[in-house]
Amino acid sequence: MPARIAAVTFPGSLDDRDALRAVALAGAEPVALWHGERKLPDVDGVVLPGGFSYGDYLRCGAIARFSPVMDAVIKGAHEGLPVLGICNGFQILCESHLLPGALIRNDVRKFVCRDQRLRIENADTAWTSQYASQQEILIPLKNGEGGFVADERTLDALEAEGRVVARYLDDNPNGSYRDIAGITNEQGNVVGLMPHPEHAVEPLTGPSTDGLAFFTSLVRRLVTA
Amino acid sequence: MARVVVDVMLKPEILDPQGQAVHGALTRLGLTGVASVRQGKRFEIEFEGPVDAAQVDQLAETLLANTVIEDYRITHEDA
Repeated sequence: MPARIAAVTFPGSLDDRDALRAVALAGAEPVALWHGERKLPDVDGVVLPGGFSYGDYLRCGAIARFSPVMDAVIKGAHEGLPVLGICNGFQILCESHLLPGALIRNDVRKFVCRDQRLRIENADTAWTSQYASQQEILIPLKNGEGGFVADERTLDALEAEGRVVARYLDDNPNGSYRDIAGITNEQGNVVGLMPHPEHAVEPLTGPSTDGLAFFTSLVRRLVTA
Repeated sequence: MARVVVDVMLKPEILDPQGQAVHGALTRLGLTGVASVRQGKRFEIEFEGPVDAAQVDQLAETLLANTVIEDYRITHEDA
């Protein structure tokens, strides 16, 4: 039976369909999940997609964090369920305190949309095991509030514990402290990433297919488990 | 009717690009002597009955402010 991976649709989500497509291309069964659900279906992982949930009102991700489905996602994440938050999904994970820090408006004061080179620094998480450590990848980035911030102690802890999953190469697009593009929790099942691997899964539409391994990592993990 | 005002500001050490943009515009308008601008949010909350101060604290802490990056100040304005 193939792995089942859900993508949540919040009001204002944009990339839920792309996430589901990436899941399918990775060989898993995509499961569309509405934000109003109080229970998770039988799934092996959950993607919180990019977009502008609740119009980014109050703060990005602040209202989505209190969606009915998030209670179940947070509970699942604490019990080891793999959760990948991309862009707005990363913001929701920080607002949920599943990941430390916060994401603020880009220091350049502009929405940045471009192909971005990254270095995968932790290839041991549920979502990155199909990369090589220090592998460089190219995937799209598109955000207005993608600046990752945290206090020095938190940043030092993230570095010391190897919880920086990906770092920006070349120009830092948004002022993220220490060029951090993605982080993971202590257990490695929850990953937040500002750039968009789900847009780099097919040669026709992406700058590469470098993003697919986020999704195949989870599929592979389940096969070998 | 009881009224509570919650002011939310980015912590001083957090970069405020919006405030900087406003500062830049002030300079272009010819207003000199402005050292800096910080932008925040103000919430005015009206209660039908008496205010439960602990509830307001919780509201500010969990929803109105993200205390990782923001500070908040609660002011009770009695009608």
